[in-house]
Amino acid sequence: MRKRLLCCLFMALLTMTALGGCAGGTGESSGDKSSTESQGDSNATQAGEPKYGGSIVVGIQQDIDSLDPHKATAAGTKEILFNIFEGLVKPLEDGSLTGAVASDYTLSDDGLVYTFTLRDNVKFHSGEAVTAEDVKYSLERVSGLLDGTALISTMKAIQSVEIIDEKTVQVTVGSPNPELIYSFVAAIIPAGSGEDEAADPIGTGPFSFVSYTPQEGIRLAKNGAYWQEGLPYLDQVDFKIITSSDTALLEMQGGSIDIYPYLTDSQAKELSGSFQILSAASDVVQALFLNNAEKPLDDVRVRQAICYALDKDSVNDFVTGGNSVPIGSAMLPTLHDFYVDLNGVYGNAADIDKAKELLADAGYPDGFDLEITVPSNYEVHMQTAEVVVEQLKLAGINATINGVEWGTWLDQCYNGRQYQSTICGITCDMTPGYLLNRFQSESKKNFINFVNAEYDAAYASAQECVTLEERAQYYNQLQQILADEAGTAFLQIPPITIAMNPKLAGYKFYPVYVQDMSTVYFTE
Amino acid sequence: MEQNLGRRNNKYLAAGLVMTLLVAGVALLGVFWTPYGTTVMSASEKFHGPSLRHLFGTDNFGRDIFSRVMKGAGATILISGLVVSVSGAMGILAGAVTGYFGGILDEVMMRITDAVNGFPSVLLGLVIISVLGPGRQNVVISLVIVFTPSFIRIVRSEFIRLRDADYISRARMMGVGRLRILFVHILPNTMSTFWASVMIGFNNAILAESGMSFLGIGVQPPDATLGNMLSDAQGYLTRAPWYALAPGLTMVWIVLGFSLLGEGLRRTQT
Amino acid sequence: MRYLGKKFITLIITLFMVSVAAFVAFQIIPGDVVTSILGTEATPEREEQLRAELGLDQPPAKRYVNWITDVLRGDLGVSYRYSKNMNEMMPVTELIGDKLPVTLCLAAVSLFLIILVSIPLGVLWARSRNRILDAALSVATQVSMAIPSFFLGILVTYLLGICLKLFTPGGYVSYRESFWGFLGYLLFPAVSVAIPKIAMTARFLRNSLLTEMGSDYVRTAYSKGCSDKRVMYGHVLRNAMMPVVTFLGMIIAEIVAGSIVVEQVFGLPGVGRLLISSISTRDFPVVEILILYITFVVIFVYFLVDVLYRVIDPRISGR
Repeated sequence: MRKRLLCCLFMALLTMTALGGCAGGTGESSGDKSSTESQGDSNATQAGEPKYGGSIVVGIQQDIDSLDPHKATAAGTKEILFNIFEGLVKPLEDGSLTGAVASDYTLSDDGLVYTFTLRDNVKFHSGEAVTAEDVKYSLERVSGLLDGTALISTMKAIQSVEIIDEKTVQVTVGSPNPELIYSFVAAIIPAGSGEDEAADPIGTGPFSFVSYTPQEGIRLAKNGAYWQEGLPYLDQVDFKIITSSDTALLEMQGGSIDIYPYLTDSQAKELSGSFQILSAASDVVQALFLNNAEKPLDDVRVRQAICYALDKDSVNDFVTGGNSVPIGSAMLPTLHDFYVDLNGVYGNAADIDKAKELLADAGYPDGFDLEITVPSNYEVHMQTAEVVVEQLKLAGINATINGVEWGTWLDQCYNGRQYQSTICGITCDMTPGYLLNRFQSESKKNFINFVNAEYDAAYASAQECVTLEERAQYYNQLQQILADEAGTAFLQIPPITIAMNPKLAGYKFYPVYVQDMSTVYFTE
Repeated sequence: MEQNLGRRNNKYLAAGLVMTLLVAGVALLGVFWTPYGTTVMSASEKFHGPSLRHLFGTDNFGRDIFSRVMKGAGATILISGLVVSVSGAMGILAGAVTGYFGGILDEVMMRITDAVNGFPSVLLGLVIISVLGPGRQNVVISLVIVFTPSFIRIVRSEFIRLRDADYISRARMMGVGRLRILFVHILPNTMSTFWASVMIGFNNAILAESGMSFLGIGVQPPDATLGNMLSDAQGYLTRAPWYALAPGLTMVWIVLGFSLLGEGLRRTQT
Repeated sequence: MRYLGKKFITLIITLFMVSVAAFVAFQIIPGDVVTSILGTEATPEREEQLRAELGLDQPPAKRYVNWITDVLRGDLGVSYRYSKNMNEMMPVTELIGDKLPVTLCLAAVSLFLIILVSIPLGVLWARSRNRILDAALSVATQVSMAIPSFFLGILVTYLLGICLKLFTPGGYVSYRESFWGFLGYLLFPAVSVAIPKIAMTARFLRNSLLTEMGSDYVRTAYSKGCSDKRVMYGHVLRNAMMPVVTFLGMIIAEIVAGSIVVEQVFGLPGVGRLLISSISTRDFPVVEILILYITFVVIFVYFLVDVLYRVIDPRISGR
């Protein structure tokens, strides 16, 4: 009994440190308490003297969709390719950008011309130095200037790419967009390599590609000529595909995996004795998405009633062990300059009376039947659904769960919009407009069929602003509309909880979904 | 020696009967009453080990596992029972007709059953569930499709064996009607084999339902069946081994009870 | 010979029906391979491009005809989902060829365990005059037959893996890396596959032996003064083994077809897992060939069993 209590205390402490770290998008190591050694890098986990060398196994959940960095679309693939490829710029842990292949860039006053200065000494894994030609080729490939097929939709904005001199590239865009710079994280690949990348990916990242076996995994080796001095530490990283997190848990307990990034709260608790557990906010907005075009959800009062009936705190308690950040609208709290805390609109705890009142108003005093479609391969969403069903029951809403495969979900819910409600997560890239863009009436991604003229107008106005500060105002307004209209019942930003071998340190969290292995090292 | 054998048969029968009645009784009780609500969650009671308060402990939502096992066993037995009775009845009809008359109909039916038998049953379930959507009825439908062919085969082969038997040819010569021959003269004589296969079929249906739930295509949560409880429990093996053991052992109990019952029946008949 | 010919034709017809059924099922189930590969973030142009690349822009009937003509020519097609060197798609044969050894080795190791344990057990049981041993074996086999394979998998994982630390659950070693490590890991899934089958086979062998021992030739052999052992191993066991061999044949078919769940529990990258993941990514060429392959194995083994019976017992023929 005492042992269990101690364990609980320990967990509570751990959770607190993890949450404290959350704000800055970092985690704190809990494994090696005796260590006081601090590395220069303040954002990395701190433990022990970094040792060079060694190889680790990282568990991943999904198979690779393509090794071509421009064609890969799955988040599960991009997180790995982050180690092989770099763009002109790359993200830092706090969500800002830093130069990668480019050492610097300037933007003209009208916001139309980007001038990138290439960094010296950046070499491809093939050993050849990166030239302006390579940059021009890569940008033209993603923007569709090469063959008419844009591979990254935001890059369609690029109108021309000019080589000024061998170290300078100038990019001209059609209209000013202060958020576009985030798209320049797109990988730089050797000129002309194109379709070969899928078989033999060559980039400039800290690790180079060694081999890939479908359904088993991908192996990377240290890039000895990486431009950042002293990185990476590890000689070899194996990403091993383990589709079921239950299996992953067993493998971790057996010691065959060093890092596993997608633990549920209960799983993390099982591992807390033998692993370091690190946690940070993810880039996923989890919600009970309501199809605004379906009866009775087309009535704003019904949607509001659902929002009132939900108890975000208890979802957080049951599913994510209190590590989530509750949200009231579509924006990541980590995007500080744009985020408005709208949890107050419907409250974090349930207000059953208010819900019942609204339902009665809308003509459903005895509640109604609600089907919640859930992609069943996501344990977090399935468990959330189980809790939500119980909560809605109290308000008289008779909800049932319909677990479907991911492929079916994409087809029926996301693309076909044939569903009543669904619990899932939408991911964000680092641009604040990304999450809000999808709720315009005409957006292809507007799978909840949210139609609001005021919203559309405000979004359009935002796009005309040249600076991010001006945009922020409109973005705040958009979040408010979404919350007031109860477009969807927003729940929380679930945490990313990773377990790491206690002998490792240096793991970094990013506001985007990546597994950066370049700073990870062995301490003993 | 003979006497001894007889007593042992009764032991099988008795053990099977006791085990089956016990679990059926508890499951039946579960329809009307369970110690706790089967979906009621409690944050403060997550993962409590077995105790007097919670006989089988609690799960990751703090739900009482004993209550869920009661309901779950009931659901599992109900589904398997439905599957076996529907596919058994269809098996008798189709098997009797094809077995007795033979010919082109028989040939076509056999090819269809071949195809269904060859198809891995879990896969067939997966496909049917993908088309119909998950849920209790659809699980029953897909399992009926999976199980019917084997019943057809068994009944058919019995009918083929018996249709050439002397007493049947004599009945035919006496001008007894076809239907009468089929269902009055032949059918009762196929029953011992049929019941034995029903027993096996019932157990297989329990295993198949659990297998489907285990892969996430069976009965949807929060409704409990032994299979989806076991599937959920797999993730908490070190933390809460009782969570897996309770539904797992209950399943073993049911299957064992039924096979003992089947074995006992078989021996008393021979 | 005529019998063989007829069987062969029905095999072909069945396989054809299965292939049509699988194709139709794939048309009905929601979800398509393009969205499943590209996810939610792809541009429409990219989707169109991929759809055309995979030939999915053609009408279903034409696609089926194309597919089956290719298969009849011996070209099993390429996976939609997995690519191989130089941007060409992964041929289905290669993909399956890579996973097949895992499933076949699992079946082989299981079969080895089944034979190794069940035959001595069956003989011991049949010869035992000890009532307690008899009862114990009877109960033990009944219980082991009642355990669902995945629950057994979980039990093996928990008891042998987590409690006794005999193996690393999920710590699968590829046969390409270390063959012995691979076999060592396979032993545990094989144990959970084998236990119920051991019980079945032992029971089956015991009954078969008891029937044989009661037959006339055994009495004759005894009366000729043959020793107990000689009768047992020289005559009875050999005769009793024939039905057991055919029974084992069916078990092989069952293991190959039933590998889906066990591979899931133990994280084995075999054919069953490939099938599940290919269904969820709607990778039609892979699913179709896998289904045909599994159907073929099952029907073929049953066919062999049938032929074997005819060889043993010439009375069953004609019909």
